[in-house]
Amino acid sequence: MSRKQLMKGSHAIAEAAVRAGCRFYAGYPITPQNELTEYMSVAMDAIDDGTFIQAESELAAINMIIGAAMTGARAMTSSSSPGISLKQEGISFLAAQELPAVIVNTMRGGPGLGNIAPSQGDYFQATRGGGHGDYRTIVLAPASVKELTELTRTSFEYADKYRTPVMILGDGMMGQMLEPVEMPDPIDLSELPSKPWALDGAKGRPSLFIRSLLLDPSMEEEHNWKLERKYQNITRDIPCFETYMTEDAHLVVMAFGTAARIAKGAVKRVREIGLKVGLLRPVTLWPFPKRVLVEMSRVVKDFLVFEMNTGQMVEDVKLSLEGRSNVHFYGRPGGTISTPDEIAKVIISLYHRQNKEEG
Amino acid sequence: MEKKVFQRPKYLKDAPFHYCPGCGHSIIHRLIAEVIEELGIAERTIGVPPAGCAVLAYDYLDIDMGEAPHGRAAAVATGIKRMLPDRIVFSYQGDGDIAAIGTAEIIHVANRGENVTVIFVNNGVYGMTGGQMAPTTLIGQNSTTTPGGRDIVRDGTPIDLSEMLAIPKGSTYIERTAVTSPKSIRQTKRAIKKAFKIQMEGLGFSLVEILSPCPTNWKMSPVDSCKWIDKTMTKTFPIKVIKDMTEEKK
Repeated sequence: MSRKQLMKGSHAIAEAAVRAGCRFYAGYPITPQNELTEYMSVAMDAIDDGTFIQAESELAAINMIIGAAMTGARAMTSSSSPGISLKQEGISFLAAQELPAVIVNTMRGGPGLGNIAPSQGDYFQATRGGGHGDYRTIVLAPASVKELTELTRTSFEYADKYRTPVMILGDGMMGQMLEPVEMPDPIDLSELPSKPWALDGAKGRPSLFIRSLLLDPSMEEEHNWKLERKYQNITRDIPCFETYMTEDAHLVVMAFGTAARIAKGAVKRVREIGLKVGLLRPVTLWPFPKRVLVEMSRVVKDFLVFEMNTGQMVEDVKLSLEGRSNVHFYGRPGGTISTPDEIAKVIISLYHRQNKEEG
Repeated sequence: MEKKVFQRPKYLKDAPFHYCPGCGHSIIHRLIAEVIEELGIAERTIGVPPAGCAVLAYDYLDIDMGEAPHGRAAAVATGIKRMLPDRIVFSYQGDGDIAAIGTAEIIHVANRGENVTVIFVNNGVYGMTGGQMAPTTLIGQNSTTTPGGRDIVRDGTPIDLSEMLAIPKGSTYIERTAVTSPKSIRQTKRAIKKAFKIQMEGLGFSLVEILSPCPTNWKMSPVDSCKWIDKTMTKTFPIKVIKDMTEEKK
């Protein structure tokens, strides 16, 4: 019997988090992700050792996450763009103090209050750290409810493994849409590796402290290099991407999250008229899947980056390719949603132009 | 036979304090260490130091400690306490930390009745940053950002944070003390001990506000600083039990 059920993206993240062992959730109301907070208010109460707090602010929520993470608990908060800006202080501290935590950003139109429509305007903020200081945040960008579910569990695993904050970067579309999904069985928390760094009272061991203040520049430098070595390991180990019909492609469309779904529809349409076009979808936005781009550049002369913003990921594409291929961009910001037909037209026009130039 | 009458408390590390001569932090650290020892809770106590001079409390207190961003100690303490309800969790916060940048957090921690203890050190200035006006700086008091004295029109009045925190039903015990004399230090210790006991009994939010000298930024001698607290600061911030619902909540 199939265990598949129809679930909203925000609900799927929440349920997957519970099953991944999340035992502390703090959040603050903001559209379009309130369903996640509401789901958690019920789900955390339903488990004996679960805690739900509707915090007085985004700042309080992320700092409660810091406290819960200090005890070794799997902890999560979620918000949408303006709220994520407020959480950046805490994310910087999580990175500095090497605390695991999962942060969900259901992106909406911005800057400022913007609107509540799906957008990808927070790519820079998410992948460049977002808060102050020399650090990185692992950023995962799911493109379906099924993948939201899987990557929620992955997020908690990466957070614990690397002792670093992990961001799930979705958008209003991803959070609201209903899709069939099969929930994995809950994990057994007792089987997780112990966290000898966690604070639980100095019983039978020397006292511990968790800090980020390192007044001596040589100690701060050492700490920064320690973090950097960790980021290099992450960059080596976890880049993840999906390819679609790229084997014989002359032109590869690059997009993540919701934009990648639209782009996939466009690639299907142009394939029907015989254009050799494929799709490369980064699943990890940081670390960026640079190597596959470099490999593809041996045969692919043109990449078309499509984003629901004015051009952010396109910078990582250019940095990865270092001039090996042509990089083109098409974007729509502000919460507007392109159709596959619209993207197909952009592809067709670019494809013919480039092939004509070559011819 | 020689009898030892004074020694370092068991849970104060053997490290010289970095605090300025006459600063109240070292006295307050010692009192916390004594109370933790006397209550036998060192193995299950977790402290949350603030941003400010006392951020280095973990260099002195020999218990588990987790540093909070500026103003957020009460929120961090909430996260710790909710996950480990049988541990004793306290935050240690200065006046700028708790009564300016962290006002929202502390009011809501008190309002939720979180079963945590707050040590609120009020010295009326931002000490670590060099003596700027704090939310608790007195009217007319000089600071580096109120060189002509705090002006009621320009700068507003000193905030009665502890009195504000007494309003919500969630708060159980709030007392204001000082560390200016052997007597007031003993009273401060009694208040800290009572606050921790309230938490141990699960009776809700407790806070001790301690008027504490900052001779360096006040540009006074340590002795004059103590006199100034007793004669002047206590007019705005009177020494008293502001709220005590311990018996009612039992």
